[in-house]
Amino acid sequence: MGDILVFLQLHEGSLLKASLSAVSAAQELKQRWNCGRLVGLLLGPRSKEAAANAARYGFDELRWCESSELAHYLAAPYASTVSAVLKGGEFDVFVAAATSIGKDLTPRIAALWDAGQASDIIAVNPDGSLKRPMYAGDILADVEITSAKKAVTVRPTAFAPAVEGKSGSVTEAPYTAAAFAAGSFIEYKGSGGDRPELGDAAIVVSGGRALQSAENFEKYIFPLADVLGAAVGASRAAVDSGYAPNDWQVGQTGKVVAPQLYIAAGISGAIQHLAGMKDSKVIVAINKDAEAPIFEIADYGLVADLFEALPKLTAEIKRIKGQ
Amino acid sequence: MKILVPVKRVPDYQVKVKLAADGASIDTSQTKWIVNPFDEIAVEEAIKLKEAGAASEVVVVGIGPEDVATQLRYTMAMGADSAVLVKTSEYVDSSLAAEILAAVFRRGSYGLIIMGKQAIDSDAGQTPQILAALLQLPQACFASKVVIAEGQATVTREVDGGLETLRIPLPGVISTDLRLNTPRYAPLPGIMKAKKKPLEELSIEQLGVKPTARVRIKRMTYPQQRQGGKKVASVEELVTVLQSEAKVL
Repeated sequence: MGDILVFLQLHEGSLLKASLSAVSAAQELKQRWNCGRLVGLLLGPRSKEAAANAARYGFDELRWCESSELAHYLAAPYASTVSAVLKGGEFDVFVAAATSIGKDLTPRIAALWDAGQASDIIAVNPDGSLKRPMYAGDILADVEITSAKKAVTVRPTAFAPAVEGKSGSVTEAPYTAAAFAAGSFIEYKGSGGDRPELGDAAIVVSGGRALQSAENFEKYIFPLADVLGAAVGASRAAVDSGYAPNDWQVGQTGKVVAPQLYIAAGISGAIQHLAGMKDSKVIVAINKDAEAPIFEIADYGLVADLFEALPKLTAEIKRIKGQ
Repeated sequence: MKILVPVKRVPDYQVKVKLAADGASIDTSQTKWIVNPFDEIAVEEAIKLKEAGAASEVVVVGIGPEDVATQLRYTMAMGADSAVLVKTSEYVDSSLAAEILAAVFRRGSYGLIIMGKQAIDSDAGQTPQILAALLQLPQACFASKVVIAEGQATVTREVDGGLETLRIPLPGVISTDLRLNTPRYAPLPGIMKAKKKPLEELSIEQLGVKPTARVRIKRMTYPQQRQGGKKVASVEELVTVLQSEAKVL
């Protein structure tokens, strides 16, 4: 097969760790599908410098485009620029991490490039098929993309970030405008905080509806997260109730996380939530209800009132860390 | 402005799916079908836009066998005005679905397509974006707020790390996230009325679409079950095992 193009996503000029996982997946695909060169593409501000930095992850070539039209992500101009690169080369495969930008952008590129797409893959099988979860992770499907051109989004938690290898050349890619009015970016509001990014964090502390209020998230979940250096997550029920912002939601339709340690406090464990965290290395569940389904998958369950257990746990961890 | 709302039927998420004997599909002999929850949110949003005077008509469209009409009738009971059912027994992947929907869109004069960001069966999350590309329309995916004014949609999107707001000219494609609204229940008079609302049946061939899928499911398996279930008696014991046994502290 031909070459592979990997979309490398930047956040304020730095390469996302999720994109390095996409690079790993692309390297596996390259081997299984017997592809040609591995090429990376970076778009937007500071992409030239970032391309030079990223070249060392085993790429044959890195391309960048710093057009001011790409200053803010917008699906149509990003897709037209990427698909023009794809159409202008020997490419047969496009790979991106399944971040919110990767999910928004990749199908649009696939359509412009007449490619079939496998979304959110978690493995490249020995027979070259791609493993991906369906039905909230209740089923794993091995899929084949039957079209000549193939697009793939990669679940970042399922592939270790790429390590440094040979370095490739760095070249500029042209900006290609969409053929119609694509709209405009108005604003971005981050949910803020200094805690680690939910998708990348080694430890995640999540709260459910049992927290009862946003104030209790602050009072009971935040101190534990902070003493552990953890990210904060939430169940859908907690987000729907307004206790936590939308982008903290862990689950089938929210974030998928796989930290070293996942602490679920006051979360009953609906299948949709489990879909987002069951690949965590160690799962701890704290719940008043001994029958809660979360206990069936938790490595360590503590049947307790979280309003008593969480402050105690925070204090105990502080003690052993000597803080 | 007419709004087109694609609706997919999916197995009820409250029932665990079972694999079929062929090992590459699910057993649907006992399946209770529902409207994909994200599409239900899209239907609700379209009806609200009509109620607010921003839209004149809401048309729902489904793809699949004859009995997809049940889900289309349900959305008409919620308040959609009419339905189109594109009948097929073929496997429809995201790109084929988008091609069919694009053909339906071109038959009417729609100002907006609003649909779920993903279907909870395939979890692929591709069709809205492919559809937007095929129709050369702007897209605003993962919407948690939609405001329509002066031929434009201002859409707040749920993205990594927070919320982003875009403005797109219409016609355009909007995909819905969970917190856009809470869909209404179909009222009883609505259910009666829905029986009399128009439901047009079409074939893929009538739309001039070649039924070619680009993705094939080769095998399906159940994931390995996680072995949990161990309980600790106290916070102190929990910290001890996390330190000495799990070695994560």
